[in-house]
Amino acid sequence: MRDSPPVVVRLVFLARLREAFGNADESLQLPAEAPATVDTVLDALRARGGAWAAELAPGRAVRVAVNHAMAKPGDAVRDGDEVALFPPVTGG
Amino acid sequence: MSVRIQEADFDVGAEIAALRHGDARVGAVAVFVGTVRDVNDGGAVATMTLEHYPGMTEKSLQAIVDEARQRFDVHGIRVVHRVGELAPTDQIVLVAVTSAHRGEAFDACRFVMDYLKTRAPFWKKERTPEGSRWVEARESDDTAAERWER
Repeated sequence: MRDSPPVVVRLVFLARLREAFGNADESLQLPAEAPATVDTVLDALRARGGAWAAELAPGRAVRVAVNHAMAKPGDAVRDGDEVALFPPVTGG
Repeated sequence: MSVRIQEADFDVGAEIAALRHGDARVGAVAVFVGTVRDVNDGGAVATMTLEHYPGMTEKSLQAIVDEARQRFDVHGIRVVHRVGELAPTDQIVLVAVTSAHRGEAFDACRFVMDYLKTRAPFWKKERTPEGSRWVEARESDDTAAERWER
């Protein structure tokens, strides 16, 4: 069986998460062994430890949008998607 | 444009006039204006910075306006939300709705604000004498939005 093609997503971090990570955006190549989902993105970031593990720990309120639409943990992500991570919104 | 995000202040009278634009079907105009307070969660607020997610925020506001148009019998809806640095007494957000009668205008205006507070990607950071802090989301805002789900 052939390996599935690599999935590379563009990550965007907003508000408190941007400050905590010291990073506004980056490209991330996801591990090829599992189907790419919002959860595999979060797992890859948590594995970096430090602020990543702390801010994205289970139970922390983190919202995820894929291509500008709100997404859930099991939602698929595809090559070229824009995946944004941010805290609950506080506008108005 | 029914939805705008801008750094500049807005003129409530001019926005209402543009929304009504001689529409003789309109018998009611409901307007909500959110402004910056000088105290939040017991702390003094010197200034506030509002951040958004360009691209998604516009789509999100437009989706809320579209849903309000589906739910309520209204003629026009206008949303203006400011970003950047703001100070106490500054205007933050305007929601204006026109309809034939007041009930639909009031309801649609409140619906748009309740959804905006919980769904539109904006974040507030307050500068206080003790330093800067990101504003935490309020459970009461979720409760307000959930009322419309019933």
